[in-house]
Amino acid sequence: MSEMNLVSKGMTTCAGCPMELIGRSAIEVLGKKTITMTPPSCSAILTGSGDETGWGIPSLQTVLMSLPAFASGVSEALKIRGIDDVTVLGFAGDGGTFDIGLQSLSGAIERGHKAIFICYNNEAYMNTGNQRSSATSLGAFTKTTPTGKKESSKNIDFMLLHQNLAYQATASVGDIPDFKRKLKKAKEVDGPSFIHVHAPCASGWHFPPNQTIKIAKLAIESGTWLLWEKENGKIKINREKFDVEKVTEYLSLQGRYSKVSEEIIEEIKKEVNRKYQILKKLEELDCL
Amino acid sequence: MGDILTLDGNAAIAYGVMKSKVELIAAYPITPQTPIVENLSSLIDKGKFSARYINVESEHSALSALIGASATGVRTFTASASHGLALMHEVTGVASGTRLPIVMCVVSRALPSPCSLWCDHSDIMSQKDQGWIQIFAKNPQEALDFIMIAYTVSEDKRVLTPTMVDIDGFYVSHLTEPVDVPTDEEAGKFIGKFEINNLILDVDNPYAINNLSSPEIFTEYKYSQKQGMDAAVEVLEEKFNEFNKIFGRKYSLIESYFTEDAETVIVCLGSMSGTVLHTVRELRKQNKKVGLVRVVSFRPFPMKILSEALKNIKNVAVIDRVSAIGSMGPLYEEVLSSIQLSDSDKKNVFSFVAGLGGRDINEKTVKAVFDYVDHANKTEEKQIDTIWIDLKKE
Repeated sequence: MSEMNLVSKGMTTCAGCPMELIGRSAIEVLGKKTITMTPPSCSAILTGSGDETGWGIPSLQTVLMSLPAFASGVSEALKIRGIDDVTVLGFAGDGGTFDIGLQSLSGAIERGHKAIFICYNNEAYMNTGNQRSSATSLGAFTKTTPTGKKESSKNIDFMLLHQNLAYQATASVGDIPDFKRKLKKAKEVDGPSFIHVHAPCASGWHFPPNQTIKIAKLAIESGTWLLWEKENGKIKINREKFDVEKVTEYLSLQGRYSKVSEEIIEEIKKEVNRKYQILKKLEELDCL
Repeated sequence: MGDILTLDGNAAIAYGVMKSKVELIAAYPITPQTPIVENLSSLIDKGKFSARYINVESEHSALSALIGASATGVRTFTASASHGLALMHEVTGVASGTRLPIVMCVVSRALPSPCSLWCDHSDIMSQKDQGWIQIFAKNPQEALDFIMIAYTVSEDKRVLTPTMVDIDGFYVSHLTEPVDVPTDEEAGKFIGKFEINNLILDVDNPYAINNLSSPEIFTEYKYSQKQGMDAAVEVLEEKFNEFNKIFGRKYSLIESYFTEDAETVIVCLGSMSGTVLHTVRELRKQNKKVGLVRVVSFRPFPMKILSEALKNIKNVAVIDRVSAIGSMGPLYEEVLSSIQLSDSDKKNVFSFVAGLGGRDINEKTVKAVFDYVDHANKTEEKQIDTIWIDLKKE
């Protein structure tokens, strides 16, 4: 191997962890000239412990509430120092993005700092052992929704449509080439970008660790996870075809939905169609 | 000699920041600190000051952004008060633990509840164990000077610890006085360009900063932080002396007035020391053997210097501007600890609480403190509680 691997092998993430693959793929695109930030979360495993770190690039562990503010400071300090070839990468989960870190993210985007914010969404607070977040899907079991979540997840992508992101996309660990393509775009734009990556979690969702990619692909195929991107004021849906009937299969392979009712399954399917229809309408606009 | 400008404490802080060649500011407005952020924005907008200003959406994000920026190798500043400082609490520990030489001005205002806009030290005292240097300026001139001194101390290789410069809300922040603002040339003799003295986020030399630390190493991290703080006693003295040589204004960690032959001295912090000194002078005219010891540096607390200053004093009256519910005042506790180091003479040490939530500490308050001590001496009354000296008696 001629190039050094910028994310160490043998990290102590759970077997089948999508976050590690997302982080690894991100650095393959962004390269050595990247400064990364992780909040205390699953991704902090890559930042390491004591005198060991998994990153071959500089990293700063932030606090959970304000990673994007830390990134704002790094981004502006690089400008002051005349460094213009370094990418600032925030790498947080759904807790640090949807919930406790939302205010800080919104502020950093509004101010227009040049930085990439990746959210790997495993749909719950997984680092503390699987408690619900506002990204947890309707009907899913977590340790704080023992009979299944009663509410739909927060649609953070639609929320952020109304902020001045230089580039915005959804992606999935089930389609790494698509994720890498989007990351390349995010790297090139001059301003804040947000990439929201679906990250099925074997430990929290209760499926075998060798099924991560399969579950992620099923989420795409069933329309549960829609792949799209927004640039230059326009939305583009990257994968038009999906079969909403596959929702049943998608759910049935995950232990977190083992007690879900038929009514909830129908509700989830309706939600899939509703989100797609909104997105289709939005795609017609060129002023977003 | 620089330019003499008429400035209030907040404006003096802004000039101190500009003269310190700060490169990045992130701050969120809060009464009574707001004029600092307005003054800085105005100096930047008018092109007098080339710093970058991040208009953050909260105080928590203000300090978070500074940690990111300081860890990327630039000189940084923020200011806050009360609620804002409380919101920052989580990140003040990160700033000191990562040994970043950030400087913050705290414009002291009471913490709720009930809500108050006015001065006491409950905000800055909530930060006393967060690993920051804390120095208290008593007037606008000191406010400007202490900001410059703070950068030279914080950035010193022996210290590498952030500093809070405290000014009392309204009593200093909104007090207007003539202030000697150094010329750029003068300032440049004292404070140079920012030099990177610690590890930073550098793609050619990658480090993981602030990662998870096990019990194997946590204690040693904290001990190294303690060594930095301990070194700050000497470095503060050194920088105060250097400052005096250039500007002719002499400061020290502890200031003593009329203590040579005093029987009773008041120990206090911040703006009230001016009122206490005035009252001491008045009482001296009546041949009362009273004095003042003003603590300038609360962190590091200069225990040895204070114990020396109080060596032959029989009665020590400590005034805390904090309610200290459930125990004694924080300054009182520090004074008691320091006295352990001094002569074995038995002292009477009293803990007074005064000036909460903006109640004025005036001549009457100070006289009441001295009277209380006189009376207690006559009756040989033992103190077992804080004395709320300006509590309304009804």
